[in-house]
Amino acid sequence: MTPRDLLPIAGFAAAAALLPLFVTAGTWLNFMIFTLIICLAAQGWNILGGFGGQYSFGHAAFFGTAAYGTAILQLRYGVNPYPAFAAGIAAAAAVGWIIGVLAFRSGLRGSYFALVTLAFAEVFRVLANSAEVTGGAAGLLIKLDVRPENFQFESRANFYWIALALVTGALVLTRWLERSRLGAQLVAVRENESAARALGVDALSVKLSAITLSGAVTGAAGGLYAQYFLYLDANIAYGTWISVEALLAPIIGGAGTVFGPVLGGIILHSLAEFTKTLVGRIPGVDLVIFGALLILVVRFPPRDIPGLLKRWRR
Amino acid sequence: MSRVSFLSVQGVSKRFGGLLAVSDASFEVAEGSITGLIGPNGAGKTTLFAIASGFEQPTTGRVIWRGEDITGRPPHRLAQDGLARTFQIVQPFAGLSVRENIAVGAFLRHRRRADAIAVAERVAERVGLSAELDKPAAALTVAGRKRVELAKALATEPKLLLLDEVLAGLNPSEVRDIVPVVRAIRDGGVTVLMIEHVMQAVMNLCETVHVLAQGRIIASGTPHSVVADPAVIEAYLGHGAAKRLSGAAHA
Ligand SMILES: Nc1ncnc2c1ncn2[C@@H]1O[C@H](COP(=O)(O)OP(=O)(O)O)[C@@H](O)[C@H]1O
Ligand SMILES: [Mg+2]
Repeated sequence: MTPRDLLPIAGFAAAAALLPLFVTAGTWLNFMIFTLIICLAAQGWNILGGFGGQYSFGHAAFFGTAAYGTAILQLRYGVNPYPAFAAGIAAAAAVGWIIGVLAFRSGLRGSYFALVTLAFAEVFRVLANSAEVTGGAAGLLIKLDVRPENFQFESRANFYWIALALVTGALVLTRWLERSRLGAQLVAVRENESAARALGVDALSVKLSAITLSGAVTGAAGGLYAQYFLYLDANIAYGTWISVEALLAPIIGGAGTVFGPVLGGIILHSLAEFTKTLVGRIPGVDLVIFGALLILVVRFPPRDIPGLLKRWRR
Repeated sequence: MSRVSFLSVQGVSKRFGGLLAVSDASFEVAEGSITGLIGPNGAGKTTLFAIASGFEQPTTGRVIWRGEDITGRPPHRLAQDGLARTFQIVQPFAGLSVRENIAVGAFLRHRRRADAIAVAERVAERVGLSAELDKPAAALTVAGRKRVELAKALATEPKLLLLDEVLAGLNPSEVRDIVPVVRAIRDGGVTVLMIEHVMQAVMNLCETVHVLAQGRIIASGTPHSVVADPAVIEAYLGHGAAKRLSGAAHA
């Protein structure tokens, strides 16, 4: 990784950091923070799905594990929220590794892998919905105690900057991955697993590293969510909504690229917000928009757009 | 054979359901040699490579390499140990550039990206791909893709290289271009075992040739001796062919 590799990331972070100086309305900051949380979840998905070609439909498993981890350690064990957040991320990474061992050891790929991840997330959701430690169907409320040392802030802008710092960290991590041996081997496994193995790539260990990293990053989004909204239930933490958004954003913005998930996350949430103001809060209308967008992106991959335009002009 | 045995395939059989693809095959490859493995289509040559490179388990038999039993060792471990293969049906990383394709091989022994890329570029030069480095691998001609296949394996810095029909599908002038490349690889200290149908190249390159037919080794020797072997002629041209040919020559 050279300084030039990091320049676009620094540029993005600097520009985004200035936004709260201009945008001060609470609803807008709220929107921006939520978008950053989704971007972070999507960046996690992108490591495994975009670079590794292993499409997970169950990233909620990581998001929810870290979210519950962060909340439960505070509520039940009185742990300070910052170490609780770190432990939540570690737990999500561990869940990633375990799912990886179970799925990749038995050679699951493609839609089988997607289904298994979906099944894990659903099992977690059902368990969290009934277990006592997760507050069952009533969910968990983190006690309001606004102090910076308690990971709660008077001003939303502070939270925005923390979310931005995490997204920036994930951008740097992704750039490092792109330039590293692990990244090259991961992409090789995505493109052709047999060929990669013939060149000395330990496909299983590469995929395990990817799903562990992926789980940690998406977990960070979950922990952040818990700490920002201070409320969790099973349908939020382990719900399909987050699995879907985590995979849609990178696919729309460019899977396997450094900025793809962030770009896609912003597009996705701007569109959702825009339609909400346009047609009101019809339940599920954002899913319709997401679906239409997905079809468009699959039909006309963004990298083909220059070619399409050329054909059009003729 | 004067030179010490490097690779030794001992009594290897491979059964796919009802089909015995390889049947009690034994042969040796001498260190520093270019050895040929020839035989009609479906003889079991590619299956033997798959077994030697860890992609398939033999039903019976063993593969010994540098005195070690490597039977069943997984492909990535064998590559780390210095045994590389190419695939008959080329297996490019289609979405990646030629440089990145070769770099995947180079990363095996070079952790830093800059080093791996530098090695990839040097290997590309050896196999004549310098001008194609930035192209997507999928955009190359058949000959180009064969070179990429060779370059990827070479970039792992192997001690033993298994080449599966790297010349198939090339025109005669392309074959003439690659033959010295293979010889240079051997001269650089790599032992080469090659499956090849292009007899011009086999006669040119190989010191020893093993002939496989219907899963069995039916002849071994110098290229000139095996092509004159009646059993080999029959394997290629059908029963009685050797007799007919010699009859025609006498008439
Ligand atoms: N994975 C497999 N499953 C079943 N049959 C196979 C498999 N691989 C090869 N075969 C069969 O084994 C025989 C030998 O094939 P192969 O090793 O590719 O021959 P060659 O490379 O000499 O042309 C063929 O009849 C082929 O159809
Ligand atoms: Mg073959």
